Amino acid sequence: MALLSKKDTSLILDPLADNNPITIQVLGICSALAITAELKASIVMALSVVFVLGIGNVVISLMRNIIPSKIRIIVQLVVVAALVIMVDQVLKAFAYELSKTLSVFVGLIITNCIIMGRFEAFALANGPWRSFLDGIGNAAGYGLILVIIGFFRELLGSGTLLGFKVLGDPIEKTGLYATGYENNGFMLLSPMALIVVGLIIWVQRSRNKALIEEN
Amino acid sequence: MSLKNNLHNLKEKYKGKKMAPAFNAIHTFLYAPNETTHSGSHVRAVDDLKRTMNTVIMALVPVLIFGIFNAGYQHYAAVDAANGAVRQASLFGNFLTWENFIMGAWTVLPLVIVSYAVGLAVEFLFAVIKGHEVEEGYLVTGMLVPLIVPIDTPLWMLAVAVIFGVVIGKEVFGGTGMNILNPALTIRAFLFFAYPTWMSGDKVWVHQAVDLAGGPDAISGETILGYLAQNKAAEMTYSVSDMFFGFIPGSVGETSTILILLGGLFLIYSKIASWRIMVSAVLGALVMGVIFNGVVDAGWITETSKFYGLMSFDFWQHLIVGGLAFGIVYMATDPVTGAQTNRGKWIYGFFIGFISVLIRVFNPAYPEGVFLAILLMNVFAPTIDHYVIRGNVNRRMKRAKNATILPGDGEGKAQELKAETV
Repeated sequence: MALLSKKDTSLILDPLADNNPITIQVLGICSALAITAELKASIVMALSVVFVLGIGNVVISLMRNIIPSKIRIIVQLVVVAALVIMVDQVLKAFAYELSKTLSVFVGLIITNCIIMGRFEAFALANGPWRSFLDGIGNAAGYGLILVIIGFFRELLGSGTLLGFKVLGDPIEKTGLYATGYENNGFMLLSPMALIVVGLIIWVQRSRNKALIEEN
Repeated sequence: MSLKNNLHNLKEKYKGKKMAPAFNAIHTFLYAPNETTHSGSHVRAVDDLKRTMNTVIMALVPVLIFGIFNAGYQHYAAVDAANGAVRQASLFGNFLTWENFIMGAWTVLPLVIVSYAVGLAVEFLFAVIKGHEVEEGYLVTGMLVPLIVPIDTPLWMLAVAVIFGVVIGKEVFGGTGMNILNPALTIRAFLFFAYPTWMSGDKVWVHQAVDLAGGPDAISGETILGYLAQNKAAEMTYSVSDMFFGFIPGSVGETSTILILLGGLFLIYSKIASWRIMVSAVLGALVMGVIFNGVVDAGWITETSKFYGLMSFDFWQHLIVGGLAFGIVYMATDPVTGAQTNRGKWIYGFFIGFISVLIRVFNPAYPEGVFLAILLMNVFAPTIDHYVIRGNVNRRMKRAKNATILPGDGEGKAQELKAETV
């Protein structure tokens, strides 16, 4: 017997592609635009959300039968706030510079639509193991898009990847810059992140026609 | 066999094949299509999209030629200025010379060629992928783009911007006629935000100024708006007639207000562009200019204010510097992205002029607010139209509600509606 049943596997894999929280459900766009100017920030943000959503889904799922439905949103907020504060404190302790780059956006994970969405739509109705897989899957789907956007924005906007000057030095004019290439400042602005998200959606839909809505 | 027959045969040969749209495009570019609709009634008129586009291009040619001469003239004037000699512009004395023309053509024509080659390549690509005819929309855009960029814009940047502008600004919305934003201005905006050092400052407006910067032969040319934004109006050596005729630094085609004016009159005469938009945009710019002049006259701001230079600039002179005139005549009047209703055109145009001068004065980082103003109003144009139409519907509904309905004449015939009297 396999570790993961077929349904369990699809809980993890579906959000990565055909049920992606960002490109299909169009949730969590705000942070995808705000913090993806650097790849490193994108990766940390992705990992933070994986942690918060994975644990959060399990906690909510365990409590699902004792939460009075009238106050469930408040209970969910308490759970997610506690987890986010943990992430925030860890970042402040071990990666201070990065936590300054991410600034309020770590705190704003609380308001990330994907997290509340998964609590409401999945964890309140499923067992802890399934909820854990669903949380990990959705957060990974979110993180995947963040990393793709972060990759292109940092590469084209600053000419670096994770801080390494992969295209050469823009001031010394080495590498690609010797040929007259210049960084695209537009990539560092949020509007371009939205356009990159749009392009990803475009590519995804032209590869899988089933995703295109009829209208 | 004539060329027309050859092209026609080629078209027949590739009918139904993947590359058919590309061959159709070449055929219809040169000749009128020899097909008619297969069903229903139809009107065959000469003023199709292609003719419309060609008329705009005709209106742009004088501006382009002037831009070529001006590119050379500004270069040599800046070299003179670097040597301490101030050049006084005279049309036949030192402007229309071979020297200027060769220098200008050498720098301007590559911009035109890259703009058309890249833009049309994208159009052909999308036509083949989507299997529809190649659209004519790029003909005007391709001519506008080289005219609204600084002279020394690197060609690869232009190419990247054109791809972005045509794909994101137009093709994703469904191609020509479906776009929300003016593609030429989308390209300009992309360049401005992506490569700001190449799009503003005092080095980019004169050919070779960037290459020579810092060296012994350094030259520069600040635009008039640049001078004003820095409160350095006194250092400016340009007269009002220089500004009107266009012997000033600036983007390639935007400097000569008189030629733009003539182009505008030609477009109005040929009924291609809307005179309502042009007139209301000019009014909008003048109103905003008068307000700023009034603020200065009332003594609310002093010469120490960073806005003083631009605010105290005579209100009517805003029309003859920068890209305002060019934007109003050639880009605000784009029939696809502008307002469609007559009343909407007045509102749309007025705000373009109004906001252009507003941005120009209040944000020294964006000395050229025209393109932002037009893009902004492009976005609002459908909303303006919506409310103009709603207003009209409401007015008529009210009229219908208040109408007196006379009793019928007994034969069950239509009752008379006394609507017009209300």
